[in-house]
Amino acid sequence: MRKRWIIFASLLIMSLLVSACSGSSQKGEKGEEGKSEIKEMSVRINSDPDFLDPHKAEASLTFRMMLNVFEGLFNPSPDGSVEPAIAEKYQVSDDGLVYTFTLRDEVKFHNGDPVTVKDVKYSFDRLMGTGTGQPLSSDFVNVEAVETPDDKTVVMKLKKPDSTFIYRLTAEQAAIIPESNDANQNTKPIGTGSFKFVEYNPENNLIIEKNKDYWKKDVPYLDKVTFVFQSDNQSALLSLQGGQLDLTDIPAHQKAEVEKNFTIIEQENNSVFLLGFNNEKKPFSDLKVRQAINYAINKDEIIEGAFSGYATKLGSNLSPIMGKYYKKGLEDYYPANVEKAKQLLAEAGYPDGFKTTLTISSHAELYSDAAQIAVEQLKKVGITAEIKVVEWAKWLEDVYGKRDYEMTMIDFTGKLDPYKILSRYVSTNKSSNLMNFNNAEFDKLMADVVLETDEAKQIAMYQQAQEILTKQAAAVFIADYKTLWGMNPKVEGFKSYPIFYMDMAHMKPKQ
Amino acid sequence: MTYVVRRFLLLVVTLIFISVITFLVFQILPGDPVRTMLGPDADEAQVETLKQQLGLDQPGHVQYLHLVEGFFQGDMGDSIRFSRPVTGLIMERLPITLSLAVISLIIVILVTIPLGIFSAKREKKWSDFFLSSFTQLGMAVPTFFVGMVLILFIGMSFQFFTTGGYVPWSESITGAIGSLILPALTIALPQIAISFRYVRNAILEQSKLDYVRTARGKGVSEAIVIYKHVLRNSLIPVVTVFGLILAEVIAGTIVVEQVFSLPGIGRLLITAVSYRDFPVVQGIVLYIALVVVVINFIVDILYAVLDPRIRLKS
Repeated sequence: MRKRWIIFASLLIMSLLVSACSGSSQKGEKGEEGKSEIKEMSVRINSDPDFLDPHKAEASLTFRMMLNVFEGLFNPSPDGSVEPAIAEKYQVSDDGLVYTFTLRDEVKFHNGDPVTVKDVKYSFDRLMGTGTGQPLSSDFVNVEAVETPDDKTVVMKLKKPDSTFIYRLTAEQAAIIPESNDANQNTKPIGTGSFKFVEYNPENNLIIEKNKDYWKKDVPYLDKVTFVFQSDNQSALLSLQGGQLDLTDIPAHQKAEVEKNFTIIEQENNSVFLLGFNNEKKPFSDLKVRQAINYAINKDEIIEGAFSGYATKLGSNLSPIMGKYYKKGLEDYYPANVEKAKQLLAEAGYPDGFKTTLTISSHAELYSDAAQIAVEQLKKVGITAEIKVVEWAKWLEDVYGKRDYEMTMIDFTGKLDPYKILSRYVSTNKSSNLMNFNNAEFDKLMADVVLETDEAKQIAMYQQAQEILTKQAAAVFIADYKTLWGMNPKVEGFKSYPIFYMDMAHMKPKQ
Repeated sequence: MTYVVRRFLLLVVTLIFISVITFLVFQILPGDPVRTMLGPDADEAQVETLKQQLGLDQPGHVQYLHLVEGFFQGDMGDSIRFSRPVTGLIMERLPITLSLAVISLIIVILVTIPLGIFSAKREKKWSDFFLSSFTQLGMAVPTFFVGMVLILFIGMSFQFFTTGGYVPWSESITGAIGSLILPALTIALPQIAISFRYVRNAILEQSKLDYVRTARGKGVSEAIVIYKHVLRNSLIPVVTVFGLILAEVIAGTIVVEQVFSLPGIGRLLITAVSYRDFPVVQGIVLYIALVVVVINFIVDILYAVLDPRIRLKS
């Protein structure tokens, strides 16, 4: 009896030992591979793409990957402007109504077909729902007609001038795709970008490979990029340290764990993280209450507590990364001041404060981190806010869809186009005006800026619009938080954009 | 034969019942799959068009009947979240979840039966008392916690174990075992705690019966008494428990796959629920129900094998 047990136990131990040895030798091989020149990279992405079809996709994480595969008439550039891509050059008529684009010669789709004016027209028709009545975007409702007078020229006629039109011509909003791939675009996407789509394995990875016929001859350097879907920060960090990942975003408070062995990149996000309130609901319909809350919130404490200091303080709904459009000096318009907040609340008829709820989504820790700090700050001025954590799907339905909320916290991801960012607060913009902000002066300004052709005047108007949002206390604009990236130290060429775009074309082995 | 037919009919009724319940529960859940996927930047026109294209603009019961119709044609429908057939998504993940379940069950059986015999033989001694209290603890601690402790203290200290992620069997057998053994252990521990008690008590009960005394009196060796007579007769309640445990193990994979980031059925189910991807949820729930019903069926047959007195009649 006892003997048999001993034999069994020793067999078990031996088999474990054998497998343990073979396990370690495997890892050794991987380590040696790393010494040779890097031709492939693994990049962590938090979750799966929404749609592979660029016209159906909207999630910023999808474009973080897929902007490597698709291009528009223009491509985004790191400074926030756009640069000609499939369009080699363009002209705008003096009245601002006619845009004439000349296509670049040597651009080919990943299936080898050259990009024709037909494909460009098809792409815009598909987005606008021309003929089908099923638009995939409302960005082009102002387009009267897309014409192709010859095989190199595309003419777009607008109903009224639109100063921000070309910002909407990148792949994020208007990818150029081949008509021949219409039915398969969501399963086997084809574009013109520096990388070709290879395969997508749900909840596992998305693989792209070098486009050897890319029209820019000197890029990309890498042969293959694997985007690995990992929602858990801790396991991503372990994978980076274990060499399975070459690039991942890391929580700011864990920077110290990786900064010794990896390149750390601080990326400005162009996002707006805010504490919003339903401007239509009492007591938030009262300007004084909204201002009181602005005085009650100490943004620096939230930046320190929720972002470990890696964030830029904001005063309105635009990040400094938007350059010339950004209105400086608004971030301290409401310095933290408990007395002032109490006084404003008393003037508004709430000398003892009031009770409210703060509804946040459970899909990211950052909301609950920041919400807890904010609730404490509000308590000091007499406002008792109860945190209600709901699922992302429920948040989108109740808060975003039905506007059935009092206070919430959310971050809006950046766009290249200042109009697209600020038009969220236009009162007639029912779908995305989450805060139910309603200000006639703001509405007029936003309607005028689209028609304005003079750039200096446009800038002045955008700045004024930001000022209105601040003075009217549309929300508590807290911060644009930075994303920290940990990268394999043998790689260089990370390019930062003011939109979610992980540009893999310039990544190369460090010289 | 009538028994098998009756069982099969029961299976069909069970599955229909479960499918209807899943559908009704989904009707109560707030949230919309397209909006959840596109997020707060969703364009109204886009949302409307996509809903039309995916058939989500129709009322819930119409969508459901459509899905049921497809079912009878062998088509489980397409996932909304991943834009691909549900059958394929489940089949891709099946090897992971099944391997996990099988390894867990093997661990449970390998540990429980010897431990139960051991403990029964030392009834009322210190070792028995210690084992009983220790297993009590095993039942009380939640699986996700056990999982994290195992990752921290075992997974991180030995290279052999892959914590977080899955190595396919086709790539490396030891790699696959390395990535599955800790999660399997996590699922197995509380089940060992439960089944251990059943095994111990069943053996104790049998050992006190007359035939055991007779066997011993005849001079049959202790090993044969225990393994041939006592264990076999104790197995009937034990098999019932193992049937229940296998169902628990399948359910356990849902939590454990999250903790160990294994891309199995459980993780797919959680993603599908949070994105309101009804076709996928429906497919997985039916799959789990099917497995549980089939296991119960096998357990019933095992009864007859173990005890010829039980006949598969009504």
